[in-house]
Amino acid sequence: MGIISNGTTLLDAGAIDSGIASGAMVLLSTLTASNSATLDFTSGITSTYKEYMFKYINVHPSANNTSTFFGFQVDTGTNTNYAQTMTTTHFRGAHSEADNHATVQVGADRDQAEGTALQSLAYAVGGNADECISGTMSLFDPASSTFVKHFLSRANVYYEADITMDSFTAGYVNTTTALTRVRFKMTGGNIESGIIKMYGIV
Amino acid sequence: MGLISNGTTIFDAGAISLGGSMTFIKKLTASSSASLQFIHGSSGVVFDSTYKEYVFTFKNIHPQTDNSSLTFQVSTNGGTSYGVNTTTTYFRGQHEEDGSSSSLTYVGSDDIADDTGFIPLSEDCGNDNDQNCSGIMSIFNPADTTFVKHWLHNMSAMQRNDYAFNEFMGGYFNTTSAINAVKFEFGAGAIDAGDICLYGIK
Repeated sequence: MGIISNGTTLLDAGAIDSGIASGAMVLLSTLTASNSATLDFTSGITSTYKEYMFKYINVHPSANNTSTFFGFQVDTGTNTNYAQTMTTTHFRGAHSEADNHATVQVGADRDQAEGTALQSLAYAVGGNADECISGTMSLFDPASSTFVKHFLSRANVYYEADITMDSFTAGYVNTTTALTRVRFKMTGGNIESGIIKMYGIV
Repeated sequence: MGLISNGTTIFDAGAISLGGSMTFIKKLTASSSASLQFIHGSSGVVFDSTYKEYVFTFKNIHPQTDNSSLTFQVSTNGGTSYGVNTTTTYFRGQHEEDGSSSSLTYVGSDDIADDTGFIPLSEDCGNDNDQNCSGIMSIFNPADTTFVKHWLHNMSAMQRNDYAFNEFMGGYFNTTSAINAVKFEFGAGAIDAGDICLYGIK
């Protein structure tokens, strides 16, 4: 059954008509980790939205060491290499529970210059039971076939040495080919638990 | 009465789903208020496992007392008491109106280390008629009972000596108990005016 008011279709076939104003932030999919090697978004990234927002909530690694980091890569079409070229920046504020370390600094060890590696979003994440990462990343206009694709990420990290770390990472994927896939993974182990949500921003 | 179209519930029990993922929950407006509190289950406030992320927006927060800092605390007992062990970072960019001073600095006096005290959100606020601070804060998954709870905040403030402050804060509440209330107040004097709004992100 549909509803038409004053000549305008409000709803039909089980859906609100696309012309009806709704929220501008639309949940597209949710991936839940269960000791997962990767969490891959392989559909839904199209030209429908000019911005795709990813929320990482309570992402918890299986490993607990300083070389573990949580990162992402992207790919095009149906490819599965996840090795697109990026140039990125990283800086962070950090403060220890013991109050003996406090700083804001550029993290040149976490950026890439035309690199194709997994891009770090949060590093040295603690693997103890209550330690995790939460944050947000925006990927802008991934379907553009003219421009490079920018991204911005901010995450708070429970660093394995009991330090809070406010991590800022940004950059661009240096391709004019449409991006269709985003992969999140840990180095040095799996994503033991946590969820990652993908939203489209109208 | 509900409405089902093509097997899909369009609206029921007084609620309609339009697809948006960011839901307005509550606005509190200060009027020489000692504090503004969002307590789950009180006055229409939802702050539980309904949403994985809660967003607070601060608009034109104006202190009654010059040179006071906006702060906050959280509660695990519905606001009966506030003060959860928290470790935070604080750094800011700043620029004076006359152009004579600008910097990016970590400010150790505005962070806390595994402490239960008030958490600074905006430092040295001015109380001239036009001075105020505005910004946005996210708290991730406050109802979780496994992990610490991360939060991230960014505030633009007009400091009492006419500096523009761009303040970045983040950290974690070092508890595995669910957080169910949040309180905002100035270190000295009341919140003279301003709005704080609470949203939930699906």
